[in-house]
Amino acid sequence: MRARRLRTGLKGWGGVGAMALACVLAVLAALLLPAVHSPGGAGGGGADGGGHGVAHGSLARAAEECTDPEKQTLAPSGDDGPTIDAIRARKGEKRKLIVGVDQNSYRWGYRDPNSGGDAELEGFDIDLAHRIAKDILGDEDAVQFKAIPTDQRIPAIQDGRVDMVVRTMTINCDRLEDVAFSAPYFRTGQQVLAPKSSRITGYDGTLADTEICTAAGSTALSTLEQDRTDGTLPEGVDLRTTVPNQLDCLVRLQLGEVDAVVTDGALAASQAAQDPTVELKGDAFTTEYYGVAMKKDADDLVRRVNRVLEQWRADGAEGWQHSYDRWLSKTMDDAAKSRPPTPQYLRKS
Amino acid sequence: MTQPPKGGAAPPPGTGVPGPPAVPPRSAPVPGPRPGGALSAPPSPPSPPPPPSPPARRRTAFAEGVDRLRAAAVTEPGRLRIIGALLAVLVIAFGAVTAWQMNERTTAADDVLTRSQPLSSAAADIYRSLAEANTAASSGFLAGGQETEDSRTRYDHGIRAAAEGLVTAAANSEPKSPAAKTIAELNRLLPEYKGLVERARTYNRQGFPVGGAYLRYANEKMQKEMLPAAEDLYTKENQRLSADYGDAKPYPWAAIALGVVLLAALAWAQHRNYRRTNRVLNHGLVAATAASAVVLLWLVVGHGIARSNLTDSYEHGVRSLNALNEARIASLKARGNENLTLVSRGAETTKVDGRTYDSYDLAFGKNMDALGKALTEAGRFADDEAGERPVGTANGNMTEWKKRHTTAREQDENGNYQQALDLVIGGDGATVECFDGVDAALATALKHEKAEFEQAAGDGLDAMGYLPQGAGVLAALGAAGALIGIGRRLSEYR
Repeated sequence: MRARRLRTGLKGWGGVGAMALACVLAVLAALLLPAVHSPGGAGGGGADGGGHGVAHGSLARAAEECTDPEKQTLAPSGDDGPTIDAIRARKGEKRKLIVGVDQNSYRWGYRDPNSGGDAELEGFDIDLAHRIAKDILGDEDAVQFKAIPTDQRIPAIQDGRVDMVVRTMTINCDRLEDVAFSAPYFRTGQQVLAPKSSRITGYDGTLADTEICTAAGSTALSTLEQDRTDGTLPEGVDLRTTVPNQLDCLVRLQLGEVDAVVTDGALAASQAAQDPTVELKGDAFTTEYYGVAMKKDADDLVRRVNRVLEQWRADGAEGWQHSYDRWLSKTMDDAAKSRPPTPQYLRKS
Repeated sequence: MTQPPKGGAAPPPGTGVPGPPAVPPRSAPVPGPRPGGALSAPPSPPSPPPPPSPPARRRTAFAEGVDRLRAAAVTEPGRLRIIGALLAVLVIAFGAVTAWQMNERTTAADDVLTRSQPLSSAAADIYRSLAEANTAASSGFLAGGQETEDSRTRYDHGIRAAAEGLVTAAANSEPKSPAAKTIAELNRLLPEYKGLVERARTYNRQGFPVGGAYLRYANEKMQKEMLPAAEDLYTKENQRLSADYGDAKPYPWAAIALGVVLLAALAWAQHRNYRRTNRVLNHGLVAATAASAVVLLWLVVGHGIARSNLTDSYEHGVRSLNALNEARIASLKARGNENLTLVSRGAETTKVDGRTYDSYDLAFGKNMDALGKALTEAGRFADDEAGERPVGTANGNMTEWKKRHTTAREQDENGNYQQALDLVIGGDGATVECFDGVDAALATALKHEKAEFEQAAGDGLDAMGYLPQGAGVLAALGAAGALIGIGRRLSEYR
């Protein structure tokens, strides 16, 4: 008899409860998996929560649009626009392109302490910055470099502290919400770096119960956190050590404070180049592309940079291959692996 | 005065005392044993049955003594004996309390001069040395792989001075005190810090940017752990200094009061003597009075002078030293932040009221403000020309420093990093000259004020010197005088 009353009670509240549950699930799905298309979620809740179904649908569409973030850029063009005009309008000493870079990435953007007293930054990214400055302002030295920690790249662009960021920055969907990217100029992927003597063999079960260092705000950290949510991260991995710059991870690794570092393969290689007792473990477990990041509404600048990149890739004497040979060939094995694919320009506005 | 203090015993009825002292009138409400005590007198006058048992029970040695004293107090020789004993005890008590209180104050004043002030200075030196080493390390990084002789010397000097300062501080700290714990902590961190800097140097020489990462790590350790610990130590040592001043300066009221009572008692005894014998002077009592008066005078004047000297050493010495130490530390911090602004190249930013600033440059501005404030303070405390001159020099250098810094910042803001670097660590016209000027001037001022402090505090200590011993000797003489004086009168009865 009690059971029957319970059943009747459930019948009365069942519909409301199911609807509430569906709403909660839909919201959770929207919050947790903005980039992942989840076909099941909307179907289950669709019948009850009509309002949420629409919201979820549009999110799913956005995620669908963002399957290839590296293609979400504008077609190249040499036309001037308001952003470029503003840069050119700078007077006297200030007539410079302000570029956010890294000064700690060996052979990407760094200061050689032995360069004989001058404090110039140099590296692959720096070459590109000079090239863009030459194109826009006619002088390759008309650049002001600002060093930016990994997690400050987007705020620096949004606050207008820099015109662009050329700093081994991975193009991804989350970042596309905040800034605009150029076409890709380098291909890489997340990789594990550990001491040669370590039992770690790559991004696999051997990482169980280890401490991993990542840079705050880096792709490495967000990838690992996503994998933890998905349950694919090995058990007992400690991700608490985050540092302002990926190079600080090498310090922590050498001091024995962490067991391994996860960062872009390109940067991991530059870390390994500074310490012969560490090495890359296993292959890259993601595919990513570096792009130049700019303000979201700086359409003219994005098009201009895309044109510079086009010319840079094609330039045999002073272009992409030249910079690669000069800076990266010593620390990376194969240029073909790093060369980005022919760009596609899918963004229309 | 003539009456010895009443003991707890009730007067037994049969001691044959004629006068008033025999019956307890209103005083001495002895609690307990006697039922129907003095207070419930009205109904029955003297209680008819004098209880025989209590006296028998209460015949203790003490009661016996009181009885004999009471018996002695009736006769003149007995009274004289009692007076003599009391005077001698008072003189000895006065001497002892004076010696004890002044010994306490002398020890505290000695601690101020030889222990707590040097330790407070040593703690400030530890802080300064650590900041100096860290600043030198960051300058060395700015200069590139080939560290200059100058920055290496500065770094080495800073580390060495810090290590030496820690040994001094450790030797003078109480085991298990909070200060000792802080010192142990610093002792542990110093080699760690040095290890990080050495790695940074090695990698720098090989041309690897990981050297810079080590330097950042070392700097973080210094800023977040070591300098706060050193500051803590400085605060603690300063508290100890204040406590020592607090122990040295209060008036020795107990001794002074006892001295006044003693002189009054001696005067009374002599007056009584005069009334009974018409003799004006009793040599023994006069000698006792003179000795006591000397001790009291010495006590009041000596401590008064010492007090004023100690106050002087605090007002013109310690406060000046504190202001100068603060100024020096502020200038070192400012220099460190100026360097780090260039090392970090805008990597660290802080938002204030919606505007974004370079964190290190913002800190530089704050340090310069602190420097200005401390210099104003030091100028106010400086009480002579020799103290004011270096403070003035430091002020001039600071103004020039600010001017040059602004120029350097402009160059950096315009993207002329190399020019900015030259304006900060280069030779002629760089801000490093101004910083050196400030530091040297402050070092001179510190030396001068330290000498002033030692002079004043030393004078204060000297003013109290030998007072405890002197009080002891004079008190012994005074007691002897009192006994001899009374003894002479007493001998007239034999």
